[in-house]
Amino acid sequence: MTTTPEKVPFEQWDAPEEEWTLPGACPVRTNRTLLLEAATRFLFPTVLVFSVYLLIVGHYAPGGGFSGGLTAGLAFVLRYIAGGGSEGAEIGSKLRLRPPTLMGTGLLLAMIAAFGPVAFGAPVLSSAKVSFLGVEVVSSLLLDVGVYLLIIGVVLDLLRSLGSGIERDADDSAADSAADSAADSASAGSGDAL
Amino acid sequence: MLALVVAHLVVAALLPLVSRRNRRAAFGVAAVLPAATLVWGLANLGAALGPGLAETHVWASALDLEFGFRLDALGVVMIVLVGGLGALILAYSAWYFGKDSRDAPRNSALLLAFAGAMLGLVLADDLLTLYIFWELTSVASFLLVGQGGLHRANRRAAVQALLVTVMGGLAMLLGIVFVGETAGTYRISEIVAAVQDGTGPTGGLAATGIVLILVGGLTKSAQFPFHPWLPGAMAAPTPVSAYLHAASMVKAGVVLVGRLSPAFADRSYWWVPIAVLGLVTMLVGGWRALHEGDLKRLLAFGTVSQLGFLMVLFGSGDRIGEIAALTMLLAHGLFKAPLFMVVGIVDKVTGTREVGALSGLGRRLPGLAIAATLAAASMAGIPFLLGFLGKEAAFEAFTHAGGLRGWVLGLGLLLGSIFTVAYSARFLWGAFAVKPGVEQTEPKPAVAGLMVPTWIAALSGLVLGCLPPLVDALAQGYAAVYPAEDAVEADYHLALWHGLSLPLLFSAVALLVGLGLHAQRARVTALHESLHHPLSAQRGYERTIGGIERFAVWVTGRVQAGSLPVYLAVLLLTVLVLPGIALVMGGSLPATVPAFGSLMQLPLGLVIVASAFALTRVRRRFTAVLLVGAIGYSIGGLFVVDGGPDLALAQFLVETLTMVAFVFVLRRLPAHFESDPRPRRGVELRKAALACVAGIFVAVAGVVLSGARQAPPAVSEEFVARSPEAGADNVIAAILVDFRALDTVGEITVLLIAAAGTASLVLATRFDRRDRAGGGTPEAEKELLQ
Repeated sequence: MTTTPEKVPFEQWDAPEEEWTLPGACPVRTNRTLLLEAATRFLFPTVLVFSVYLLIVGHYAPGGGFSGGLTAGLAFVLRYIAGGGSEGAEIGSKLRLRPPTLMGTGLLLAMIAAFGPVAFGAPVLSSAKVSFLGVEVVSSLLLDVGVYLLIIGVVLDLLRSLGSGIERDADDSAADSAADSAADSASAGSGDAL
Repeated sequence: MLALVVAHLVVAALLPLVSRRNRRAAFGVAAVLPAATLVWGLANLGAALGPGLAETHVWASALDLEFGFRLDALGVVMIVLVGGLGALILAYSAWYFGKDSRDAPRNSALLLAFAGAMLGLVLADDLLTLYIFWELTSVASFLLVGQGGLHRANRRAAVQALLVTVMGGLAMLLGIVFVGETAGTYRISEIVAAVQDGTGPTGGLAATGIVLILVGGLTKSAQFPFHPWLPGAMAAPTPVSAYLHAASMVKAGVVLVGRLSPAFADRSYWWVPIAVLGLVTMLVGGWRALHEGDLKRLLAFGTVSQLGFLMVLFGSGDRIGEIAALTMLLAHGLFKAPLFMVVGIVDKVTGTREVGALSGLGRRLPGLAIAATLAAASMAGIPFLLGFLGKEAAFEAFTHAGGLRGWVLGLGLLLGSIFTVAYSARFLWGAFAVKPGVEQTEPKPAVAGLMVPTWIAALSGLVLGCLPPLVDALAQGYAAVYPAEDAVEADYHLALWHGLSLPLLFSAVALLVGLGLHAQRARVTALHESLHHPLSAQRGYERTIGGIERFAVWVTGRVQAGSLPVYLAVLLLTVLVLPGIALVMGGSLPATVPAFGSLMQLPLGLVIVASAFALTRVRRRFTAVLLVGAIGYSIGGLFVVDGGPDLALAQFLVETLTMVAFVFVLRRLPAHFESDPRPRRGVELRKAALACVAGIFVAVAGVVLSGARQAPPAVSEEFVARSPEAGADNVIAAILVDFRALDTVGEITVLLIAAAGTASLVLATRFDRRDRAGGGTPEAEKELLQ
């Protein structure tokens, strides 16, 4: 027998203290791998930072919004595989942002990047160099950020539909078939009465 | 003028903020702008009657697109209907919908938005501008008829109205393009001027375009055989019917005819359909109105009939006829809107609008009965009311014009007017008379908020009817473009007394025979019921829609076989047939094909080939996914070897994600590929052959296309040279976010749609299943899902 504190149930002895590393509740019922979970806690933020690096470095080296977004998305995939979760698509437990919102924000930013120049009398989608706090930034970075967010949204949506969606489907059909077999046996038992 | 239109739309968009606090106030706020429009229109009366007030806003100069507006006499009359009646009806709505109505926020905003669109429509001088507002009013009508979509009757009527008017609208757009291109301008005023100078659009294309535009006008103004949508649209709340389906929107087609008639009135393909269909519409609508039991549908068929009347008048191309047209246009709005408002009040205070259930209401609500009588008398064409002036002018026009056309139309209009008198009498009798055998109706008291707007609208017909010079000025202003052919036409003015003349006789005949027809209503209805109706426009609509649906089901059944091999076979065969033939006909292998570019390509290529061969032999799905992944990563490796790190990075990431997605899906698929029973050997051989041919085609196409470049890649050099301008050291990034940024935006949009589609497919089946499992949806939702 292990000695666990009274408040934490036995199954959740390793529940993370900071909720945002794993989405929602700690998965109790699924098969868990300690190795992957522990690794994810280090990898998840690191990969996210790396994805931002890819996003920004895109103008000078391989990278860009698409690669950066995919990398960030893969971080979420990793977290989902390690931790599962009811939805699988949360950004963090504190930040309630649904994937379609994220995708829409991305597209909105891209559209701002596209039509914003019109307000300054320039053609659609033109870019300019802006000095921002002493750093020279190209305004087309906004388009890249839009792509980045949209890709993350797409990956999260994939997790929501193909990941946890299918998982829940499986649970439901298992529950259904259990209920059906229960009903079958019940009706078989009362078949004479009917 | 554009500012006024935009103000309507902006306030409509902000209106929910008001209706959140006070629903009645929302209607009050909404009524301000139409009232202001009326004031503005009347303030500019002088300019409108003279040269007209024009305004142009270029919004896409490269495409020669502009918003063109022009205020003229017809515009002022329509502003009286759209703005004046709009303000009255919005005030009426405030009490009609009540303080706590859940429909009020939507209706107030939509009605105001509609008013803005309608204002744009009646002021438009540019055919494309007109088209935009035309379709906006159709959409507003759809939303207002459909309401919350909770009732099947609303949905059905809304869809029918939308399908019919938008079908006409699309035909009209095509016609506008034809006419605009042949005329060289989309300006209505310029087209009219060109035709009068003898340089108007001619030829088959222009004629087709003009007829197509006419189709739009006929559908929008509910002309035979498109008319059934209008009585159907009575499913909407009464203020909506009063505003859209009596006073303003259904006039759009008539107004369009009125705008273009100066140009096309003497062309047979313009006036013949207008005259024939208009007359048939007037008679069919009038006849149907004689037998309707529902007061609102009675008025709707009356509107159909009157729209046919207006159509005939506006299409006449005759000076007096056009004077009559403008007068009747104003008169119809001013009597039909209060009649609808009366029906709304009757419905409110008694809970019914069935002729058979109301009795003795006139005694209980004398004020309402008098207002209704004023309006109905104007409709019937009784002296001292505006309708009388219009009808006199109409009879004068056709009896004066004479000839076969004049007499056929004149007598047709007489018959139509007889019906009009009869159904006006039927309306008053049905709503207010004491009927033997029907219990005395005990109404609730009518609210002043409902009564006052009704009275104002009804009285305006009397005031204008007693002051003919006022309306005459407008009518002369409008008809000035039509040259007077003789002294009678040149001198014609609206007046209460023209002396003892043929038109007066016609009016008297219409009144007496109409009242006689009403007195014999039992026999008339019996005659109507004994007639067979082999042709019904409503049935025609239903059959058309049903046929389209059956055809769609048939096509879907053929195309969507539900078999993945069949889909793949169709795709591959298409690829083989179209680009395949092009490749065989025009492609040539490059002279020298190097075996490999660098040594590293060999092992990578070997992995790809080996994985591909293994893929055809594996039985486990999971292994197959891993092999596909191996191929993908190897291709990424090839990119690295060839010096495309950006491409390689993206390839690796996408490949990883694809594998993950595959694994997710695999959880719900059988572990092995085996199908049971095993497909026949012939089928397998055919599949294999197709796959092999397609594979070989792709490989050969790759080699051929790689040698297809004939000139040095000039574009690529430009990209490299100019990428510092775009602020990027990385050419790929410069291409993605700058040079070809439009592609990027398009691609991410496609990606979003694809993701949303996938998610909704996967998640929707889940909701569907939960519903079947008895999760339980409310009854209303059940109906929605049907």
